[in-house]
Amino acid sequence: MIARLRTNWIILKTSVEERLVYRGDFVFATLIRFLPIVTQIFLWGAIYGIHTSAPLKSIKGYSYQEMVAYYLLVMVGRAFSSMPGLANGIANDVRDGTIKKYLVQPIDMLGYLFWARVAHKLVYYLVAIGPFILVFYLCRDYFAGWPDAFTITAWILSLIMAFLVGFLIESLIGLIAFWFLEVSSLIFIYMMLNYFLSGHMIPLDLFPEPLSQWMQMLPFKYLAYFPGTVILGKYSHQELIFELSIEVVWVIVLFSLNRIAFQQGTRRYSAFGG
Amino acid sequence: MNAIVAKNLEKTYKVYQKKEGVFASLKGLWKRDYKTVHAVSDVSFSIEQGEIVAFLGPNGAGKTTTLKLLSGLIFPSAGEATVLGHVPWKRENEYRRRFSLVMGQKNQLWWDLPAQESFRLHKEIYRIDPQQYTRRIDELTSLLEVRHLIGQPVRELSLGERMRMELIAALLHKPDVLLLDEPTIGLDVVSQRRVQEFLKYYQVKQKTTVVLTSHYMKDVEALCKRAIIINQGSIKHDGPLSDILDKFSNYKIMDVQFDGDDMPPDFSQWGEVIEKEAPHVKLKVPRNKIPEILSSLLSKYRILDVGVQERPLEEVISEVFTEQKNDMAQSHDRKSMLKSTTD
Ligand SMILES: Nc1ncnc2c1ncn2[C@@H]1O[C@H](COP(=O)(O)OP(=O)(O)OP(=O)(O)O)[C@@H](O)[C@H]1O
Ligand SMILES: [Mg+2]
Repeated sequence: MIARLRTNWIILKTSVEERLVYRGDFVFATLIRFLPIVTQIFLWGAIYGIHTSAPLKSIKGYSYQEMVAYYLLVMVGRAFSSMPGLANGIANDVRDGTIKKYLVQPIDMLGYLFWARVAHKLVYYLVAIGPFILVFYLCRDYFAGWPDAFTITAWILSLIMAFLVGFLIESLIGLIAFWFLEVSSLIFIYMMLNYFLSGHMIPLDLFPEPLSQWMQMLPFKYLAYFPGTVILGKYSHQELIFELSIEVVWVIVLFSLNRIAFQQGTRRYSAFGG
Repeated sequence: MNAIVAKNLEKTYKVYQKKEGVFASLKGLWKRDYKTVHAVSDVSFSIEQGEIVAFLGPNGAGKTTTLKLLSGLIFPSAGEATVLGHVPWKRENEYRRRFSLVMGQKNQLWWDLPAQESFRLHKEIYRIDPQQYTRRIDELTSLLEVRHLIGQPVRELSLGERMRMELIAALLHKPDVLLLDEPTIGLDVVSQRRVQEFLKYYQVKQKTTVVLTSHYMKDVEALCKRAIIINQGSIKHDGPLSDILDKFSNYKIMDVQFDGDDMPPDFSQWGEVIEKEAPHVKLKVPRNKIPEILSSLLSKYRILDVGVQERPLEEVISEVFTEQKNDMAQSHDRKSMLKSTTD
C-alpha cells in the first residue's frame, strides 16, 4: 500500500518535471484561456441590453451579473474537467505500440495516466492561479457575495469530481481505439457534444424543455454546468447532497466501464509493431 | 529446471481485406472480407533456466509474435505457455516483476526526460532496493559506457545510445527472463559488439534466461549455443547452433595452399572455386567428400597447407530460408496445377 503510494508519488513528480519542459508553451496556453470571457461579457451585455433604457431583468432565472459569473465559474470548472490530449494520447499509444510498456511493466495504465494527469493539472494551477485571481478580482462586481461554508465545500467537491468525471469519460473514449484504431473523428464529435451538454456554451436551463431536463440526466453536466451553478446558489443544501451523490454514482459507473473496456481491449489487442 | 515452456502455441489474426476503388470501399462499409493470417501456427519448445537461445527466421516468420505471446502482450488463439511458472497473458504483477521485454526503440524511456528519471521511475515500479539501485545503475552505465549521458534528455540521444539506455532500463530490476527482439538493429559495428559483449558478460554473471531474435548472425554466434529456427509460423529446427551447419549445410570450405605454381588449372571435378590466387585456392566442397578430394589432390600435387572450415552461418541460414520458401512455392504450384487439371 505504502509502496503503491510512493510509486504514484514518483509518477506524479516525474510527470511534473516532464511538464515543466514545455513551460513556455504552457504559460501562453493558460493566458489564451481568459480571452473568451471578454467576449461573453460583451455578448451578454448586448443580449440583456444593459445599455438600453429597459434592460432585461432575467433570462430563465439568470440576471446579467449571474450570467457573467456563470461563465467565470465554468472556466474554473473546466480547469478541472478538461483533459486536453488524454483520449488522443491513449489512442496514439494503442496505435503506435507505446501501450506495450504498460502491459509489460507491473503498473496499471489507467492509474498511471491518472497520476500523470493530476501532475499536469497541478502544474497548470501553479501557473494559472495568479491570472485566475486577477480576473476574479477584476470581475468581483458580478458576484453577489460569498456563499455559505456548506455551499463552498460542495463546490470544492464538485470541482474534484469534475476532474474525475472528465478523466474517466475521456479515457473511455481513448480506449475505444482498441476496437477502432481511428478515433480522432469520434473525439471531435465528443468535443462538439461536450460543448453543448456540459453547459460550456450556455447554462443548461436555457435550453427548451424537455431537452434541458434530459441534458441534466447525463454525466456531462458535471464537467461545467454543475460546478458553475453551485456557487450561484441555484441549489438548496438538500439538492447539493443529492446531486453530489448522483455524481459519485456516475464516477463509479464510468470507472467500471473503463476497467471493462481496458480488460476487453487488451484482450483483443495485437501489439502492433515490432 | 525449465524457465519457459510453450506447447502448441498458435496465433491467428483476422485481417480486413481492403479493396481498391471507391465503390468497393463503400461496399466495405457494411460487408467486409476477412483473411486469416497464421502468425504462429504450432510452436512448442522449452528453455532451461540460464539458457540463452536465439530465434532465427526470415521476415514475417513469427519471431516477434512468439515473443509477444511469452511476454503476455497478446493472447494466443490456441496452446499453452508458462514462463517462470506463470501464464504470461494473465499479466500478473508477480510475473511482470520478473521479466523484461526489449522491443524496438521507443519502449520504456520518457522521451523528454533524462534517462535517469525513467530509471528512478522503474526503481519505484519494480520496487528496487535503493542501495541495490545505485549499485546497478553504476554497474550497468559503466559496462555500456553511457554514464555521462544519463542526465541528457532521451530525445537527444543517438539510436545506439538510446538502445543501451533501454537495455539498462530493462535490466535494472534483475529480470530472470529477458526477451530481446532485435536488440542490435540499426547499431553500428562497434555498438553492436559492445552490446553483444555486454549481454554475454551479463548473462553469464546473472544466469538470466535470454531469448533473442536477430538477423545478425554475429549476434547469434557470439551469444547463443542453441537456436530455434522458425519459418512460416512453425519450428523447423531446434538444437545446438553447430547442428544447423551439420544439418543444413552439405558443404564445407577448403583452403589449399600449393607449393609453387604447380596447381590444377581446373577445380571443377572437386568443388566450386570461391577464390583463386595462385598458389592459393578456396573451394566449396561436399562435406562427405573431403577425404577423397584430399587424397586425389595429394597424389598429383605438392601441397603446403590445408584448412577446412564450416561455411559462414549467415550463408547457411539464408540458404535454409530460401529453400524452405521454394519448397512452399513448389507445393503451392503443385496444388494450383492439380486444381487447374481437374477443372
Ligand atoms: N497485428 C497483426 N495483424 C495481422 N497480421 C499480423 C499482425 N502481427 C503480425 N502479423 C503477421 O504475422 C506474421 C508474423 O509476424 P512477426 O512479426 O511475428 O514476424 P517476425 O518473425 O518478427 O518478422 P521480422 O523478422 O520481420 O521482424 C507476419 O506475416 C505478419 O504479417
Ligand atoms: Mg519481428
